[in-house]
Amino acid sequence: MEKFVRPSNRVVTETRAIEAEAGVIKKADGSARFKIGDTEAYAAVYGPRELHPKFLQNPKTGVLRCNYSMMPFSGDGSRVKPGPSRRSKEISFVTEKALLPVLDLQDYPNTVVDVFIELPQTDAGSRCAGICAAAIALADAGFTMKDMVAAVSVGQVRETLVVDLDGAEEHMDENEAADIPVAMIPSTEEITLLQMDGIVSKENLLIALEMVKPALKLIAEKQREAIRNRYNGASTVGDLR
Amino acid sequence: MNRNIREHVRNNLKKGIRPDGRKLHEIREIKVETGFLSTAEGSARIKFGDAEVIAGVKMALEKPYADTPEDGVLMVNSELLPLSNPDFESGPPSAASIETARVIDRGIRESKTLDTKSLCLVKGEKVWTIAIDIVPINYDGNLIDMGGLAALVALKTARFPVVKEDGTVEYHKRSDKKVTLRRLPIPVTICKVGDLLIVDPTDDEENTIDARLTITVLEDNKICALQKGGDGVLTIDDINKMVDLAIEISAEIRKKFVEAN
Repeated sequence: MEKFVRPSNRVVTETRAIEAEAGVIKKADGSARFKIGDTEAYAAVYGPRELHPKFLQNPKTGVLRCNYSMMPFSGDGSRVKPGPSRRSKEISFVTEKALLPVLDLQDYPNTVVDVFIELPQTDAGSRCAGICAAAIALADAGFTMKDMVAAVSVGQVRETLVVDLDGAEEHMDENEAADIPVAMIPSTEEITLLQMDGIVSKENLLIALEMVKPALKLIAEKQREAIRNRYNGASTVGDLR
Repeated sequence: MNRNIREHVRNNLKKGIRPDGRKLHEIREIKVETGFLSTAEGSARIKFGDAEVIAGVKMALEKPYADTPEDGVLMVNSELLPLSNPDFESGPPSAASIETARVIDRGIRESKTLDTKSLCLVKGEKVWTIAIDIVPINYDGNLIDMGGLAALVALKTARFPVVKEDGTVEYHKRSDKKVTLRRLPIPVTICKVGDLLIVDPTDDEENTIDARLTITVLEDNKICALQKGGDGVLTIDDINKMVDLAIEISAEIRKKFVEAN
């Protein structure tokens, strides 16, 4: 079989270029921007703050509420209609589950911690970029976290396993590629988000999950660096409070 | 906003003292960035101090309205993202966000800066629809003025996507065709607090003003759109002064537009 060459000429384990920055939204309690290739996510954290309606409150712990949203001009083709969709609601939901395992909100009963994720441009991998930005923003807001949560996709394109699929790969051969977004707590290698569309064998799934680990650890390092830079005075926006 | 803070800001404003130390008729430092979004046909990032807004242009080929079969369609939308300010909530567009979009839209539309006839491909069948979406990243007041500039810059730098032989749009390829802007409508919002007028209000200032007037000014100092806002009233004398001030400020903002292009 002919060897698969990625449209971007990346080697199979290579991610796209990554930029991570904390404290980019001054009015937020914590914020971040995470860019991987042409996929970019902003995240802002507000809270803990009062949760309405009241019946949603939990007297034992604060509630994490994530909201994933694509900006109208961020889509691959024509304009994306603003407002929630079935897709964005599901992604918001799994994003919460991806972040919760590293958080402990028991000190903030009856409150909500809102995480707003907005994507100005996307080229595949947007939920992973959103999770990466959200984890930095939560750390920036000062929440106690067991570790970062890093996320990236791994997948199978033309029988070849590759890390961090871009749009060109995802749409290759009429969307034949298998796409597996993974979020991981890097220190324990525990997985907090796992989805897939496409077809892979069990063997390849397990290989893929091993293969994606170095990329996730690299991303976690970029995330930590973003937080460190904020306190080294290297941040371009926002004041320390 | 806390009532005591509101009173404090207001009392100081009435004495001519602004929370960030600016003069009453001084705008924040303006920064403009363009063409940074791969998915939008045109994009602009506008900063007024720390306040940040982005605008993106998307283009599509659609059937024109029946009563204007030869005219392209312009659509301006804005959303007060809850990401950008603790006071904004998720949900359907608020009246404030709709007002913002409509005032910006009015300036662009009424100035006739766009030649809508040039956006027609097949009469009655196929025209370009140009959608401008304005979203604050860090909301700190004055979204109409910031968004108005953002919309104009995004339009100016936009490039039409390639139209394939079958008449559909190839979004991954951009042509050299650009939007022609015949006029430069700049919205400027002047706020009234007590007897004083201020420009470029921050979020905190917006919450304490009596009334505001947005005046969209063209390069020949003619006015192409107006919107009065706020709970208070304006006298004709106020309006006279506000228009003079808006003309002065619009020249300053228009200079930034010219520099960016």
